[in-house]
Amino acid sequence: MRRYFTRKFLIYLLTFFFAVSIDWAIPRFMPGDPVQSMLSRAALHPESATAMYDYYSNSFGLDVPIWRQYLNFWGSLLQGDLGTSVWLYPQPVSSVIANAIPYTLALMLPAILLSWWAGNSFGAFAARRKWLDNTALPFAYILNSMPYMWLGILLAWLLGSVLDIFPLSGGYGYGLQPEWSLEFIGSLLKHWFLPFASLFLVGFGGWAIGMRNLIIYELESDYSHYLTALGAPQRLIRRYAFRNAMLPQVTGLALQIGVIVAGALVTEIVFSYPGLGNLILQAINNEDYFLLQGAFLFIIIGVLIANFVIDMVYVLVDPRTRTGMRGATS
Amino acid sequence: MRSRLKLAVPLLALALAATGCTSSDNSDPEPVGSTGGNAAVGSYPRAETLYTTGTQYGPPSNWNPLMNWTYATGTVGLVYETLFLYDPQADKYQPWLAESGEWKDKTTYELKLRSGITWTDGKPFTADDVVYTVQLCKLPSSTYSTLCTWLKSAEAVDKSTVKFTFSKANYQEWANWVYNNPILPAHLWKSRSENETTSGANDKPVGTGPYKYLTHSQDRQVWVKNDGWWGAEQLDVAPKPKYIVDIVNGSNNVALGLVLQGSVDLSNNFLPGVSKLLGKDSGYGLETYYDKPPYMLSANTAWLVTNNTKKPMDDPAFRRALAHAVDTQQIAKVVYGDMVAPADPTGLLPIWDKYVDKNVTRELGFSYDPAKARSILADAGYKNTDGNGMVANKDGSKIKLTLMVPNGWTDWMEAAKMIAQSAKAAGIDITTATPDYNSLVDSRNSGKFDLVINNDQQMSNTPWTYYNYVFRQPIAEQQTAGNFGRYSNAKAWKLVNELDATEVTDLEGMKGITSKLQRIQLTDMPIIPLWYNGLWSQYNNSVWTNWPSASGSNHYLPTTWRGYWQLDSILMLDQLKPAAAKK
Repeated sequence: MRRYFTRKFLIYLLTFFFAVSIDWAIPRFMPGDPVQSMLSRAALHPESATAMYDYYSNSFGLDVPIWRQYLNFWGSLLQGDLGTSVWLYPQPVSSVIANAIPYTLALMLPAILLSWWAGNSFGAFAARRKWLDNTALPFAYILNSMPYMWLGILLAWLLGSVLDIFPLSGGYGYGLQPEWSLEFIGSLLKHWFLPFASLFLVGFGGWAIGMRNLIIYELESDYSHYLTALGAPQRLIRRYAFRNAMLPQVTGLALQIGVIVAGALVTEIVFSYPGLGNLILQAINNEDYFLLQGAFLFIIIGVLIANFVIDMVYVLVDPRTRTGMRGATS
Repeated sequence: MRSRLKLAVPLLALALAATGCTSSDNSDPEPVGSTGGNAAVGSYPRAETLYTTGTQYGPPSNWNPLMNWTYATGTVGLVYETLFLYDPQADKYQPWLAESGEWKDKTTYELKLRSGITWTDGKPFTADDVVYTVQLCKLPSSTYSTLCTWLKSAEAVDKSTVKFTFSKANYQEWANWVYNNPILPAHLWKSRSENETTSGANDKPVGTGPYKYLTHSQDRQVWVKNDGWWGAEQLDVAPKPKYIVDIVNGSNNVALGLVLQGSVDLSNNFLPGVSKLLGKDSGYGLETYYDKPPYMLSANTAWLVTNNTKKPMDDPAFRRALAHAVDTQQIAKVVYGDMVAPADPTGLLPIWDKYVDKNVTRELGFSYDPAKARSILADAGYKNTDGNGMVANKDGSKIKLTLMVPNGWTDWMEAAKMIAQSAKAAGIDITTATPDYNSLVDSRNSGKFDLVINNDQQMSNTPWTYYNYVFRQPIAEQQTAGNFGRYSNAKAWKLVNELDATEVTDLEGMKGITSKLQRIQLTDMPIIPLWYNGLWSQYNNSVWTNWPSASGSNHYLPTTWRGYWQLDSILMLDQLKPAAAKK
């Protein structure tokens, strides 16, 4: 057991190192120069522009050789310093991310977990039930295959513009200040609902279809047939099938939670919802090396932790893994 | 309406069920509605709040008035104020923090300040503040560090008088400086390091202006009226909104939705197709400055920048032919739905119309005329050699030009396509490319391009800024601001400097020089003016009325863009009137 986890841990460490190095390198492969682009938006005299270019290159540490920049990057990262955002100068990247993350988590966690739970339950229930298969499932297919952007805009148009039930944009009413009042919390929920609902619907469709197919697959497998032949009740067989079918779904869930901090980029844009996804897009547009690095760092850490958790959960939920480990150690 | 309802009914049921389980608040999308009265700390009464959008692209991140490309909307204008205002439509300077300013002799300028102005921390505004602000030009990271190369000294004669001595008096540039740059409180800023001064966040802004910082969050910036503001008493100017909430730009559909709904009062976004939603019968209550094309005021000129160091763009005849080959009328109509106006051959904005020498433009001007373009090309020796209808270089090599516009700038992308099309019709082979903005800036600044569209020069008090952009010398390895086409003409540059050194009151002198510059420009065609980009501005009149318009009494610029509050936009707030309360 210990050897299993030590090995895993070392692999994760190595993966972290390479992933973070790539994370550092990728923004720098983009054509263009962040300082140059930033100053092209300023109203400046050309001569002042040169002086300011030097000043900002220096303050971002971009005026030293590239290998030096790489070493400096690791140096400050290990001290917990993610640098300063170019686009949102002079805010430190860590605080930019910290301000955006509550919105992203509040949106994504419930959407992912609820759609996972509801989708799987529904998929398992619907599998092999003719009338549901024929009525509800096509609906799930439509939800799942609809371009998300389109679904989002449709929801915003119908429920926001035409019916005027939900607001079109923002994290909470533009006329409110954050406080512990019913009005504010209500507004927060109301603004949260459409982005959440759109994510939930799409996720729900996906999980339901996946679960249904997995259950059908399990019901067709030898052990199910054997159980049927033994005369076991259908309920019991379905329960076994469900347990086996859950395994890939658990992996899927963990992976989704891993990239949670990436936010739902399109959702946040369609509904102008503040969050990390929006920031990442803008960081790319503004070639904000540091903000991009920081955001991706969280994604890397998220994915690694999620994978680690899966490894452990599998030991718990899948007896075959335990057997395998015992086999390896003996 | 009927068909809309039909579709809506089943969804309404669904949605009601959904709202039922999320929240139980009133279903009014506007936060406080007309309840007014009890202005709870947590909310802004709708009738006293102005909602704006169109300037801020990300979470408000700094309130440093020196960082003129990124400070939170309104930092300069609402909080920090300038010495003068400039009204571009009337061509008038209005003393603001200053009481008056005049040139005592050729190189001495004396500024009298108003008395009785205080910073929001209670300290008086004095000559020391002005001296401190001006002397920031000594910092290399200051946006106006070049000022120090021609300003010899600035000294406070007494509490309300500042004397400036210049080594070289650039009258135009100075007139531009005094209305463009905000004055900072010396008592708070003096102890700051260079870093903190020119690039600090300054998150507790203390200004002299009509508004104060209230709060901000990821998607908004909120200002509250400064009740003790000096202007109420001294100028009889009273901004009407108690709160100004500036909303961070979302996508186009969001911005359009908000202003149609009336959740936003003033949108300074470019909203394609908005001209179709205007007018009384549309029922949206949407207004723009003009009620007919071009609907918007003109803010800047969009140019076709030719790389004048590259073949065949190095040939004025070729550039002239290209100018004749672009159908800007069609672009204004098709791409912009008539929301922009085609540019004058000189490219000078409508506010500078008096500087256009009509004799020169009559003689040398150009307009869309493909036949003329073809004949200019033929006369200059560009022949169609391989029978594909496209002309070749004089040495027989193929001409294949690329016109670059930033990816995602949909109006420009469409316009570029139309330029390429109409150029092809005249025999010039142009294809379009849409790299991302940063990579375009990189190629443009380093001169690695054929053709780009640019509009980096906003309206100002003087055509000098315009010609400084067009003729700027010397050509550097990186051209960071202006003359991206790398056109080199020492004579023109000398004239630009002469213009700079002409007093702003000497209109005839200015006209004499600009006429010469126009002759050079229209002979050599270093850059091709296309159309005037609008001062994008659409307003919803459901909460605030008496918006700026050509026909009404309010002529101030209807915008929140950075650098425009001091072009009189601030006075727009004084003119607004609350709409009659409606049920």
